[in-house]
Amino acid sequence: MDDLKAKYLGQIADASDENALETIRVAAVGKKGEVALKMRELGKMTPEERQVAGPALNALKDEINSALAAKKVGLADAALNERLRTEWLDVTLPTRPGRQGSLHPISQASEELTAIFAELGFSVAEGARIETDWYNFDALNIPGHHPARAEMDTFYMHRAEGDERPPHVLRTHTSPVQIQSMEKMGAPLRVICPGGVYRADYDQTHTPMFHQVEGLALDKDISMANLKWVLEEFVKSFFEVDDVELRFRASHFPFTEPSAEVDIRCSWDNGQLKIGEGDDWMEILGSGMVHPKVIAAGGIDPDIYQGFAFGIGIDRLAMLKYGIPDLRAFFDSDLRWLRHYGFQCLDVPTLHGGLSR
Amino acid sequence: MKFTLSWLKDHLDTDASVDEIAETLTDLGLEVEEISNPADRLKDFTLGYVKHAEKHPDADKLRVCQVETDEGDLQIICGAPNAREGITVVVCKPGMYIPGLDITIGVGKIRGVDSFGMMASERELELSDEHDGIIELPSGAVGDRFVDWLAANQPAKVDPVIEIAITPNRPDALGIHGIARDLAARGLGTLKTPDFAPVAGTFASPIKVTIDEDTLDGCPLFTGRLIKGVKNGPSPQWLQDRLTAIGLRPISALVDITNFFTYDQNRPLHVFDAAKVAGDLRVHRAEGGETLKALDEKEYTFAAGQMMISDDQGAESIAGIMGGEETGCTDETVDVFLESAFWDHVQIALTGRALKINSDARYRFERGVDPEFTIDGLHRATQMILDLCGGEPSEVVIAGDVPDHSRAYRLNAERVQSLVGMDIPESDQRQTLTRLGFRLEGNMAHVPSWRPDVQGEADLVEEVARIASLTKLQGKPLPRITDGIPKAVMTPQQRRQQMARRTAASLGYNEVVSYTFIDKAAAALFGGGDDATMLANPISSEMSHMRPALLPGLLQAAARNQARGFMDLALFEVGPAFHGGEPGEQHNLISGILVGRTGPKDVHGTSRGVDTFDAKADIEAILTAIGAPAKVQILRGAQGWWHPGRHGKICLGPKKVLGVFGELHPKVIAEMGVKGPVVGFTIWPDEVPLPRKSGATRSALAQSDLQAVERDFAFVVDAEVEALTLVNAAGGADKALITEVRVFDEFIGGSLGEGKKSLAITVRLQPSDKTLKEKDIEAVSDKIIAKVTKATGGTLRG
Repeated sequence: MDDLKAKYLGQIADASDENALETIRVAAVGKKGEVALKMRELGKMTPEERQVAGPALNALKDEINSALAAKKVGLADAALNERLRTEWLDVTLPTRPGRQGSLHPISQASEELTAIFAELGFSVAEGARIETDWYNFDALNIPGHHPARAEMDTFYMHRAEGDERPPHVLRTHTSPVQIQSMEKMGAPLRVICPGGVYRADYDQTHTPMFHQVEGLALDKDISMANLKWVLEEFVKSFFEVDDVELRFRASHFPFTEPSAEVDIRCSWDNGQLKIGEGDDWMEILGSGMVHPKVIAAGGIDPDIYQGFAFGIGIDRLAMLKYGIPDLRAFFDSDLRWLRHYGFQCLDVPTLHGGLSR
Repeated sequence: MKFTLSWLKDHLDTDASVDEIAETLTDLGLEVEEISNPADRLKDFTLGYVKHAEKHPDADKLRVCQVETDEGDLQIICGAPNAREGITVVVCKPGMYIPGLDITIGVGKIRGVDSFGMMASERELELSDEHDGIIELPSGAVGDRFVDWLAANQPAKVDPVIEIAITPNRPDALGIHGIARDLAARGLGTLKTPDFAPVAGTFASPIKVTIDEDTLDGCPLFTGRLIKGVKNGPSPQWLQDRLTAIGLRPISALVDITNFFTYDQNRPLHVFDAAKVAGDLRVHRAEGGETLKALDEKEYTFAAGQMMISDDQGAESIAGIMGGEETGCTDETVDVFLESAFWDHVQIALTGRALKINSDARYRFERGVDPEFTIDGLHRATQMILDLCGGEPSEVVIAGDVPDHSRAYRLNAERVQSLVGMDIPESDQRQTLTRLGFRLEGNMAHVPSWRPDVQGEADLVEEVARIASLTKLQGKPLPRITDGIPKAVMTPQQRRQQMARRTAASLGYNEVVSYTFIDKAAAALFGGGDDATMLANPISSEMSHMRPALLPGLLQAAARNQARGFMDLALFEVGPAFHGGEPGEQHNLISGILVGRTGPKDVHGTSRGVDTFDAKADIEAILTAIGAPAKVQILRGAQGWWHPGRHGKICLGPKKVLGVFGELHPKVIAEMGVKGPVVGFTIWPDEVPLPRKSGATRSALAQSDLQAVERDFAFVVDAEVEALTLVNAAGGADKALITEVRVFDEFIGGSLGEGKKSLAITVRLQPSDKTLKEKDIEAVSDKIIAKVTKATGGTLRG
């Protein structure tokens, strides 16, 4: 039996491939293999002999099977190693090209401010780009003769001959949506209205179309102090700074009273803007308490409800936050600009995850 | 609105600095746009004394001067003809910046002789255009600062000029007196209101004035008088200096006086040369068609109803806007008729806009001048004319009356707290209003005549808060509408746009935002360009029509990028397009285009030209992302800007089009200047039905433990048979058992012959109750073949 063991373990050790191993297996522990033949001989033995030979044969069978399995793994490893040795890639080669898409900064900034104002309970309303002059002007306390109309550089739509209605306008601000939101939703009300607006102006810092977000909050006891808090919170959150200082300056808009222009404390250092520190002030928005006539135009009783409104340039916010120098380039669709200033599809701004990376 | 510091100080007794005044003005709502302070750029120059001057040894026109300065004697070479011994001059020492030359002077050598600095002319210091010689001062000691000398002797030359922006509600601040009143109310000084006595006339005016009955609403009050025997000519230097400083051109004493009151008191006036006025003046409405050559030397034609002033010969003035050239004053004017009238702001605004005249008078009347000051203004101007031009005044001619502007609003002291959130004692509030000219009777505040903008209680609050300064306002948290976690605020449509954007970006598209107006030709290529969507006043012909679709803007963007050398493009836009010119005649679109290749050539050989199936994959991905149903029809027959054979409409029924994809028509691409081919898509997101269910619960998952089976079939069909027809037919053979039908091969022509093709499909069968046996599979296969044959006329490929 020791001979048998030595013979087969030796053959297993010398086997060079899986076929040889199989031949050994069949010869040794196969149905008709030598070990099996020995097993058959057990029947002819005395019980005493069988008690010794039986376990010994079983042990031999196990030992050979283990050796076969171990050798099999060894051979497979050797074969794999041999294959891997030939499988060499120049991994510095570039990958298959994939396009890198992007979101426009206006879309990104709009989502950012929506996230912030949603937290404060403001819903999002939208309106038409072409408006009646009633919604764009009259309802906002800007009657036909008001100098503010002339100052707004309004685009007018063509009027067919015989149509005596005043021409429609391309909305000069998102404020018409204030009125429509009041009409639709009544008070109390909190809404922001982002979207494109138009002024007939084109130079270094003006484009004939740009984007605004209007905010409106109406309730029985909202004051300008609440407005200031909301704007402070908004600016802190949007610009992702711990502290900001806002300066309210008296101003005038026909649709608010009192009205204030709002400046933010900032510094310019080597052309780089820093919000919340420094000695400069930069105007960022106009705001005020909604004029009673405007509240009435929205179908709400101004003796019961009061509130604030504000308007901010979305493009301007994006320029300030992301350091984008030229407004005109926003609408030029230059691929280099879109890629450089754009945002990735999964850069979804959230308050819990942060607005920007 | 520009004014100088000294002019302001005529109206305000104050020690405040220019900077302090400027900051306060901005805070009060009179935003300072620019401060120009000549003293800032002159502050380093000092006086010197020319002790000795002799001819330059090498130049006839140059002199070598020894100049005594606060830093010792300097040798300065000077070419000015008046450079001579014994004069007091302004010295620019080496290292100083010379504003009028825009250089920093250094030590130089002129024809071999050292020169240490220079002596300045007025032009070199930007004081005037004078450059015939260097400044020669009649007084002053060596070392004195030149700005101090100027302040003492020629204050106008160092008078700071402040320019402020005036919001339309503040006509009172269009007069320097009104600006001073605001500053005084803030406590930055005391308002000066000098006593003034009306100027009595000594004879009856030969020119009378009438206002037509139908014109009294537009011209409630007209006052005037003749002043005879005046001597017109240049106005005195102080008046010229003031007007020049604020950007007005001095013309003659009489005209300068009217301009003075326009800015000093917001009181526009007009002077007629009485010798050129025929008969009396009549204020009336135009019949229409009258013409007048105005002072700007342009001819204007009146429309019916516009207000005008005529004499016996006809039109002499565009009432309240601009006088006529014919009766304008000249240096030869001897008798002058002075007009001070009150015009209705609405009518002036409408006439001014219609005639397109921008004058100081229109600007002020359309914002509202002080009606009470009409007659005072006349008297004050009379006095100034008498002072500067002499003459003898007639009695005052008055037509009409001061319109009733009286109104009062209740001052509710608590309103400042409830509306603004500032705590200001009632006594302070009353004091503020009083200083602004309100008259308080109990708690009723009577509005001063110069504040047409104050029209309600909220205006009183605004005045109080403004004067107190909004910088003192402290923020106060805005309470939540409801306690707890805020609800989502976006509408499904807003969510869809967001999902569409981010999906398109994930597919490699770059988002653009383009102008919503495009040129007519481009609009016309995409079904627009009609008059209804045309702008009346576009800023250029490139931006004349509201876009009917997003594709033209994307194609123009592609053309611009191709011109810059970028040939492989994937661009998309989400935004409105316009199908009419009425509010609401707009619809949201999502469009994308692919141009060029899928990418640059690469080692893996994957780069290829973009094709219709790229566009189809992307539109399907975006439709899925925005919640479109999986089961759709793909029809043909979209608009003409698509390639007729290579496009599809993704529909829910023939009329419900969710989107179109395909190749764009080569002709359209060529006309848009793009190197094609271009494939793309358009989605109408609002056409995608909203999900019916309201909850977030999904339907139960049906997972079978039984083995699914796949079988392949190939059919020979006519070439124009669409794969979807075949797929739908096969799927309909057993809707319960067949879970998927997939086309995996298309083979056209060849051995099949002309006009034939083979389509191969894999059908997946998923049993739900028992394992499929071969005969079950055969039964289904037969049904599939029968259905497909019936639907397509094809045969199973042998």
